[in-house]
Amino acid sequence: MTVASPNDFQESLQPQGWLRYFSFSLDHKVIGLQYLVTGFIFYFIGGALAGVIRAELASPISDFVGRETYNEVLTLHGTVMIFLWIVPVVNGAFGNYLIPFYVGARDMAFPRLNAVAFWMIPPAGILLIGSYFITGAAQSGWTAYPPLSITTPALGQVVWIVSVLLLGGSSIFGGINFIATVLKLRRPGLKLMQLPMYCWAMLGTSILVVLSTPVLAGTLLLLSFDIVAHTGFFNPAMGGNVVVYQHLFWFYSHPAVYIMVLPAFGLVSEILPIHSRKPLFGYTTMVYSILAIVVLGLVVWAHHMFTSGTPPWMRLFFTIATSFIAVPTGIKFFNWLATLWGGKLALNSAMLFSCAFIVNFVFGGITGVALAQVPFDIHVHDTYFVVGHFHYIVYGGTVFVIFASIYHWYPKFTGRMLNEDLGRLHFLLTFLGFNLCFAPQHWLGLNGMPRRVAEYDPSFTTLNQISSVGALLMAISSLPFLYNVLVSAFRGEEAGDNPWNALTPEWLTSSPPPVENWIGEAPLVEHPYGYGVEEDTLSLEAATGRDLWGGAGRR
Amino acid sequence: MTSLATNTSTSNAEAASAQAHGDHADLRLFGLATFLVADGMTFAGFFAAYLTFRAVNPLPEGSTYELELLLPSINTMLLLVSSYTFHRSGRNLLLGRMGPCRAWLLLTAALGAAFLAGQMVEYFSLPFGLTDNLFASTFYALTGFHGLHVTLGVICILLVWFQTRNGGRVTSAAPFGLEAAELYWHFVDGIWVVLYGILYLL
Repeated sequence: MTVASPNDFQESLQPQGWLRYFSFSLDHKVIGLQYLVTGFIFYFIGGALAGVIRAELASPISDFVGRETYNEVLTLHGTVMIFLWIVPVVNGAFGNYLIPFYVGARDMAFPRLNAVAFWMIPPAGILLIGSYFITGAAQSGWTAYPPLSITTPALGQVVWIVSVLLLGGSSIFGGINFIATVLKLRRPGLKLMQLPMYCWAMLGTSILVVLSTPVLAGTLLLLSFDIVAHTGFFNPAMGGNVVVYQHLFWFYSHPAVYIMVLPAFGLVSEILPIHSRKPLFGYTTMVYSILAIVVLGLVVWAHHMFTSGTPPWMRLFFTIATSFIAVPTGIKFFNWLATLWGGKLALNSAMLFSCAFIVNFVFGGITGVALAQVPFDIHVHDTYFVVGHFHYIVYGGTVFVIFASIYHWYPKFTGRMLNEDLGRLHFLLTFLGFNLCFAPQHWLGLNGMPRRVAEYDPSFTTLNQISSVGALLMAISSLPFLYNVLVSAFRGEEAGDNPWNALTPEWLTSSPPPVENWIGEAPLVEHPYGYGVEEDTLSLEAATGRDLWGGAGRR
Repeated sequence: MTSLATNTSTSNAEAASAQAHGDHADLRLFGLATFLVADGMTFAGFFAAYLTFRAVNPLPEGSTYELELLLPSINTMLLLVSSYTFHRSGRNLLLGRMGPCRAWLLLTAALGAAFLAGQMVEYFSLPFGLTDNLFASTFYALTGFHGLHVTLGVICILLVWFQTRNGGRVTSAAPFGLEAAELYWHFVDGIWVVLYGILYLL
């Protein structure tokens, strides 16, 4: 049984050229770039909010913004960065652009659902940001813990809930699409264990999305009943139980960490082999570690709640389970190091960001294992140590990979190269600024500075100012990046179809790729990481009708 | 020479050429099933919350967990029978017998509507309201969320009934609409059985 081609609709009614990026396009590449650009807009909004936070914390008293504004800003910063920047970009943007290439398909399994999922994001974002100007934004942090979220002004909180429900729905639709595409839409002859690693990462991520996001949706529905209808699910004054909210919330929000980093693991696994000209080390162990992280990631949530009166057996179980996650994660890190080992490294911007990801994430991972230990966690719970740890994972990990991926795939998106000198300047400023901003926060936390406060003890001033200088550097670092991506789209060096001499399928077509991805049949790539081996040649004519190696292939 | 990427072998050339025209197997039921897993997790979250509340949050003096069993038990039977009638409708569609197919569909929708009516009767006869205590709130949230699903299901069944008319889009050759509604309906019934077990019997 077959269904009609989704592109019939597209070819007849859809606008062409640049206008299609503003349309309800069904092309997975257009949707991917829509996700990417939208995500970056929210990244800069979230970054501006972070700037407000760091400006306020440059002095111990609340002088730059008032306390309530500070609470609104930090709530918006967390929500925007997680739900509107990282999740849509590492999943939606790169997933939609790359996965159909990787499985050898012409589009995602459900193109229309895909477009619907994307178009749920702009309204949710506008609602969330608009709430600051119209009703006053939510003030209870991105976690929206009751009773705080019940006692703070209700209107902003309800708008926040509606916005997060929309974004969660978008995420679930995306996840369904990725699962169906990876499992069911593979090109005939392509086996699961021949897929590029990003497919496995997205499969694992999408399983987590489908299993855990609905629980958050249900929880937020109950929370909205508490706020609007004055039920008492999470209100102790009415016999309710706040800890139940925390359990349900973290049942989503801990897997959400893996929803944010697993795709980054996948992207980095694509970038490292190409720029070190070596096969990805330990493909099979990579796959099984992803699956292990998916399973373990679902049963560690209560390590966020060691100070919530959790009983001893729960502490024991969640400490052990959390520590276990270090094993599959460690396997992946050793595999990446072994991929680099003895390789012919090209230290371009994509590679620099990828290597910095490894450094940052190992540091964030070590503080993560430390935080899993109950005695240590009780000491630093809700302090800046947690803020530092979290940003090493999510910024030092995922955002660095997003930048690496931009430098790596920009030639495919646009057909032009990015400027390498500007790229390296961007890297240097980001790496310095990031470490300057977040490393001191570990000291602050160990010395007892609580998170989410607009005012602090004057003894913390110096370290906070260092952190704020780092934030300023990070803000400055986005200038060369913005200039680079905007100008290179028109004036950049012509990239050609395969500037990195890569073997993964998205490079085996023209840049930018045609609608439906290939002229003729999709290539069957059985060894996506076959670099540096004796017969480093390909039969590429099947893909594009011309020889992408410029006649240099050894046949 | 061993080539790392090989051209299409003749054995799967036909399938690949079908793909080249943008056609692929119909994955909509697979997608719906994945969505129902997600939907089931929403219910699982509610069930977990209810069971935890019940285990650790004692109700205030004078309130009670006791519910009348007769009406919900009849309702359970109605839903279980409706799953069977929907199944009969699906069988008849595949055999091309549109008359019985549509009759069984209408019967299913009627059973669903009867369930909803029973639910309303129960709501109005209960001695507690939404905000009276934690058990009351959870009871209404759980049954209400499920009732919303049943309502949506009945609407879908009536829609499919309309689509199975002579010249409609659902036929024995294109049964997706009915199959999707049937899968969803069985899911909603299954959720009710669990809900009935932990809310009324436990």
